[in-house]
Amino acid sequence: MNNIVFGQYYPTGSVVHRMDPRIKLLAVILYIVTVFFIKDYTMYGAILVFVLGVSCVAKIPLKVLLRTVRTIIFLVLITSIINLFFTRGGKLLVKWGVIKIYSEGIHHAVKLTLRLILLMLFPSLLTLTTTPMELTDAMESLMKPLKVIKVPVHAIALIMSIALRMIPILMEETNKIMLAQKARGADFDSGGVLKKAKAMIPVLVPLFVGAFRRADELALAMDARCYSSVAKRTKYKVMHLSVRDLVGGLICLAVFTVVFLNKYLWAFDSMILALFK
Amino acid sequence: MSIEIKDLSYVYSPGTPYASTALKSVSITINEGDFLGIIGKTGSGKSTFIQHLNALIKLQSGSIKVYDIDLTQKKPDLKKLRGTVGMVMQYPEYQLFDETVEKDVSYGPKNLGLSEEEIKGRVREAITLVGLSYDEIKDRSPFELSGGQKRRVAIAGVIAMRPRVLILDEPTAGLDPRGKKEILTLIKKLKETSSPTVIIISHDMDAVAENCDKVAFFSGGEILAEGAPRDLFYDDDLLARTEMEAPAIVKLTKALENRGVTLDSHPINKQEFVQAVKRWRDE
Repeated sequence: MNNIVFGQYYPTGSVVHRMDPRIKLLAVILYIVTVFFIKDYTMYGAILVFVLGVSCVAKIPLKVLLRTVRTIIFLVLITSIINLFFTRGGKLLVKWGVIKIYSEGIHHAVKLTLRLILLMLFPSLLTLTTTPMELTDAMESLMKPLKVIKVPVHAIALIMSIALRMIPILMEETNKIMLAQKARGADFDSGGVLKKAKAMIPVLVPLFVGAFRRADELALAMDARCYSSVAKRTKYKVMHLSVRDLVGGLICLAVFTVVFLNKYLWAFDSMILALFK
Repeated sequence: MSIEIKDLSYVYSPGTPYASTALKSVSITINEGDFLGIIGKTGSGKSTFIQHLNALIKLQSGSIKVYDIDLTQKKPDLKKLRGTVGMVMQYPEYQLFDETVEKDVSYGPKNLGLSEEEIKGRVREAITLVGLSYDEIKDRSPFELSGGQKRRVAIAGVIAMRPRVLILDEPTAGLDPRGKKEILTLIKKLKETSSPTVIIISHDMDAVAENCDKVAFFSGGEILAEGAPRDLFYDDDLLARTEMEAPAIVKLTKALENRGVTLDSHPINKQEFVQAVKRWRDE
């Protein structure tokens, strides 16, 4: 059963991997908010150093971490190009026909690129160091207060974990069906978009049929074991906070606080300077 | 000689924490007309091995030659290869997809780029070969057939490509005894009529002993032994090392031996066993 762990998870057994997923999840949420409050390049640099530091502690190779950025490279390119050409303000640097590039535009483009990359990096670290099951558990635990207003927290968590559990199975199934159709001479790699899409029909139909069959079987198996989503149940893996969670959480909190102070305390820069004098 | 494999090794996801070796320097020659049985416990590399024969897995190291197609070449003729080696996967009925049986069976030949007429002829022939009535079944949806019929249709989909080598991964899995017998009879028939070389992976030792003229024992990604079933299934040490069980006939012969009834030969199927017992009685 070597396929249970899937997606991005990169096991190294580091401290970050062993941290409580709830703390990690909260840290990521806070981080995302924080990134939008970054004011200047120093803070972008500081956050980047922070992220790289965490990945270092997590023993995630830089190559693996940067691979996650690849998926948004298009988005980054397009948005920064748009910003570069359409932002007015500051000094006019280049004028070439209708194209005008202002200094503000360059700043906007660079900051946006940095922001998008930072937004991708840290959450990627979360998925690299946390299994999807741990994440689901963390979400369930964090959503518990919603039970008061009758949100079916447990059912939502169950749906998520079944969906997550099904992904590797469906991937394996896709693989198998693709191999079977390849053996029958199917060609998935050549031709235009339309031809490629058409070539997927012999894979998708059996995949869907299989998914429904599996869903049926699973429902039956759960029914047979008297599963009920309202029953109170215990967990196989109980999450509890430890010293490393406290330390990790505090470090994150400190970094984020610095960013906020930098944004809202006008004297912050001079305070820092005074500190080093 | 139809297939020649030398020093084939394969590692899944090399260079990652999940890397695992599936094949270690496997060499084997399969001749035209062979009925080869591949046995070994789960994870011994059987499936990885046969997937190589159809280039479903990219060659990492070693060499494979299927007739005149050399898989070590940069761009081997895959179409030709897949027309030469037909692969029936485990539970092939789960690969059916088209609206009608006829359309589904013609998927393979169509991919080979054959003419309409040729395809029609082959589809009719294949469906008839697997023991179904072409006129009755051709316009039905493959999803409304029974389990055994579905499997036959799926096999027909491979047969319609007229492969010279037919590979089947666990062809009898999930079938009842009658279904098993029927599929095995069908495979034998296919070997005689359309595909002279047959390779099966099976956990059914009785079926392997009964039908195959050659067996290969896989264990830990290697071929531990290869030869006639008569020799290998009587090798207790080999069976123990590969964690396999002897076929019922072999067990029976050994049980008789323990009770003092020593047969003059090593029977491997029912007929041979009966003959040997008769000879013993007449002595």
